Amino acid sequence: MIWMSWRQFRPQAITAGAILVAVAIVLGITGAGLISDYNGAGLSSCHLSCGQDATNFQNSLKGSVYLVVFFAGIGVMYATPALIGLFWGAPLIARELETGTYRLAWNQSVSRGRWVLAKLGLGGLASVAVAGLLSLMVTWWASPISSVLIYSKSTSAVSSRLTPIMFAARGVAPLGYAAFAFALGVTLGMLLRRTLPAMALTLVLFAAAQLVMPAFVRPHLASPQHATAAYDPNRGGEMIISNGGRMVVVESASIPGAWILSDTTITPAGKVFTGPATSACAGASINSCDSWLAGRHLRQYVTYQPASRFWPLQWTELGIYLAVSAGLGGVCAWQIRRKRA
Amino acid sequence: MLWVTWRQFRPQAVVAAAALAAVAVTLAVTGPHLAALYQGSGLGGCTADCGSRVASFVSAVRGTPSEDIFYGGVLLVYALPALIGLFWGAPLITREIESGTFRLAWNQSVTRRRWVAAKLGLVGLAAMLTAGLLSLMVTWWASPLYQAAQQASQNSLSINRLSPPLFDATGIVPVGYAAAAFALGVMVGLLVRRTIVAMAITLAVFAAIQVLWPAFVRPHLLPPAHTVQHLDALTWNGVGDVHRGHLILQPGTLTGFSPGTWITGSQAVTVSGQPAVMSPPACESAMQFVACLDQHGIRMAVTYQPASRYWELQWLEAGLFLVLAGGLGGASYWRVRRLA
Amino acid sequence: MTTAVAARGLGKQYGRRWALTDCTLTIPAGHVVGLVGPNGAGKTTLLNLATGMLEPTTGTVEVLGARPASSPQQLARVGYVAQDTPTYANLSVADHLRFGAHMNPGWDAAMAQSRIEQLGLDPQQKAGRLSGGQRAQLALTLAIAKRPELLILDEPIASLDPLARREFLQILMAATAEQELSVIMSSHLVADLERIADYLIVLVGSRVQVDGETEDLLASHRVLTGPRSAASALPAGAAVITESHTDRQSTFLVRSTAPVHDPAWSADSVDLEDLVLAYMGKAASGDARPALEEIR
Repeated sequence: MIWMSWRQFRPQAITAGAILVAVAIVLGITGAGLISDYNGAGLSSCHLSCGQDATNFQNSLKGSVYLVVFFAGIGVMYATPALIGLFWGAPLIARELETGTYRLAWNQSVSRGRWVLAKLGLGGLASVAVAGLLSLMVTWWASPISSVLIYSKSTSAVSSRLTPIMFAARGVAPLGYAAFAFALGVTLGMLLRRTLPAMALTLVLFAAAQLVMPAFVRPHLASPQHATAAYDPNRGGEMIISNGGRMVVVESASIPGAWILSDTTITPAGKVFTGPATSACAGASINSCDSWLAGRHLRQYVTYQPASRFWPLQWTELGIYLAVSAGLGGVCAWQIRRKRA
Repeated sequence: MLWVTWRQFRPQAVVAAAALAAVAVTLAVTGPHLAALYQGSGLGGCTADCGSRVASFVSAVRGTPSEDIFYGGVLLVYALPALIGLFWGAPLITREIESGTFRLAWNQSVTRRRWVAAKLGLVGLAAMLTAGLLSLMVTWWASPLYQAAQQASQNSLSINRLSPPLFDATGIVPVGYAAAAFALGVMVGLLVRRTIVAMAITLAVFAAIQVLWPAFVRPHLLPPAHTVQHLDALTWNGVGDVHRGHLILQPGTLTGFSPGTWITGSQAVTVSGQPAVMSPPACESAMQFVACLDQHGIRMAVTYQPASRYWELQWLEAGLFLVLAGGLGGASYWRVRRLA
Repeated sequence: MTTAVAARGLGKQYGRRWALTDCTLTIPAGHVVGLVGPNGAGKTTLLNLATGMLEPTTGTVEVLGARPASSPQQLARVGYVAQDTPTYANLSVADHLRFGAHMNPGWDAAMAQSRIEQLGLDPQQKAGRLSGGQRAQLALTLAIAKRPELLILDEPIASLDPLARREFLQILMAATAEQELSVIMSSHLVADLERIADYLIVLVGSRVQVDGETEDLLASHRVLTGPRSAASALPAGAAVITESHTDRQSTFLVRSTAPVHDPAWSADSVDLEDLVLAYMGKAASGDARPALEEIR
């Protein structure tokens, strides 16, 4: 059974191997250059006052090929589980059902359940291995940039590996995504019995899961922390005044490496500040508005996941996705017995 | 042939229509909110010195669902041509071959070539229509953002519809991409004859085109403009360094261009216009490295496409991809007879 | 009388293997032609070449005087039911009829409709859910309703049960008589062909072994039994197809142009199945096979 699964899986394994080698070569060559630039900027040995060096290094990355490879790496990490689900998962059983070869496979001396588990096991292991290798390579490559972003206290969407964009492209979570996408593809292929609809639905459901997870589930996987500070309009916050005087003021929070879940400005009573704007804010100069705001004694209230939560969240998410994958595998094994031949 | 093509295309058409409807509803519901934010930040009538209001508006959007919808919409328009090539193009002929129904289809009183021409034409039109509608909807929804980008005092690179990847996902270029991806899928399917392999190859080839084209071809579609700028803090915030006498200048962000400009290249040059390879010896230990370079006449030569070129480039690129689609379609038309 | 199919030196090569070699034959129109041979002989290849599904590697083939699939008019004159009777699994029976109507200007909708009703097929049923026999009937209806002059069928009844097989052949024969069709049907079940075919082609090892009107073939082949002797003892003009010997007796299946008058030999007629089997056996072993000898 193992030989048979391998023999049927061989073309995909060869393709995956070739792609991995190509990615390794590109990352290896550019990674070496990145590391030498990093050392050249004096960042490998500084521990305390790296700020300026870090900012310089960060600026030097803009417009360079390293930025392209950085985002390409993120793109590859996003695309890989989806492609695995589409091209490895969906056709696994659907092809056999469509072409009728299941009649050959299911009449050997191996029960259907064992047949499906063997295929799921081999494919699942391969998916996890591919995702793991890619994650390892991309994380290694990006480590100079990650440390620079921490030193320079940057607050962009890619500044912290905890933000949704980066979280899905680092660490061990992609292994769970790959296993899930694969299992999802196999299950849909078995239920829908046709390859193309299974592929399309796998793509849609997987994308939906990847959107729902960071938006609704991950923030609660560990209890978020809160921080409060006095709101200081002079620290360069933004404000919006809509028709009717409704006001929204916000000051961007700066907690290095954290994932900011919400950032609001609250009144002393604890409610979100909504104005209304007085005449002090209608004039041309911003100063009178600022002093009026200062008199309101507002506070900035930030809910966030601290940087130290990265690995706990990663392992938790991996566990969740692996459990779901195992569940889907069980559904497959159970359903396959009930399939009409 | 019209009915036959429609009947076989019907399931995919239904899926596409449903998806478009879902997107339309989402955008229609959230669009007015974005427009209200735009008005609320005072940008509605602003013609000059709008910089702070633009910053206000952008940060009011950042972190809200509107930002996610924007990126989602752009991503959808960007990915749609590849999906069309994958699910409409590649299986068009391979499904018939793999299931053997080509022996039924090609023995009616319609030659293979007419059959392929009808399918290419009708489904190709549907592909272009879908991409066009989606691009229209997303561009309409995001128009406050694009407006604000135009009103910024300088080239705010985060929402620049002339630079990739936004250029690929706005205007009429997606129509050309969809047609080309579809025709590519059909051609690859014709050559490879197996659905999954054809899908994988179509995806790989088209993804490569989508990545390489904006980097290497598009900057030269129209002759770029050139300018030479001073190296002061207002012009750029990059990094300058010397390594064994070699001058290393990495531009970082180049400012001083009007909003919507697409900067395609920059190069340090000497007074005479030659590339500045070596650093002037006097500057190697200067305190203000960049100011010293400036005094010695080192400038930054920038090539760029001005914002006004947006529609010209759009039409040109869409036209080129439509020609490509036509070529691939013609090749399929010619080649289908040899499918033996 | 026109020619249905004219092949000259027709051959098809796949990689290193020749699926059909040097096939030269002229199939006249107005007959029901049985194309028979073992699996792998090249029957499907020949029929695919005749319908334009494949391009020849060598030689030429003309169907009803024109190159196969060369124009819509030529396509309209030839109906084809391929092996495994392909149909669109997701299209209903009614959809298939509309398909035929839209793709064929010569479509006879009334006839197609009445056939479907006679067969008892549910028009809304998806073709993927029909039984094998029903799918074959649907495919046959599609081929006949476009009013072709020539109908080509590639092992259409191979996977049908005996009852379905009989019904299929009955409907085929009725349509042939009604529309004055020429039919070329391939099969490896000689018994079925015996009932309906009046022209026979035996294809073995990618070559044509024998072809001709069934009556002529049966008339010109004899089983000669006589005392044990070598083939050279046979009367002139008798070509040996197969031979078998015991201690005292020799039996030859011969093809002869002239009647056999030699009293040493008793001549019996041969039935079609034995004839075909003899040719298949002869080709399988080549001409240099040693005579079968019974040792007592």
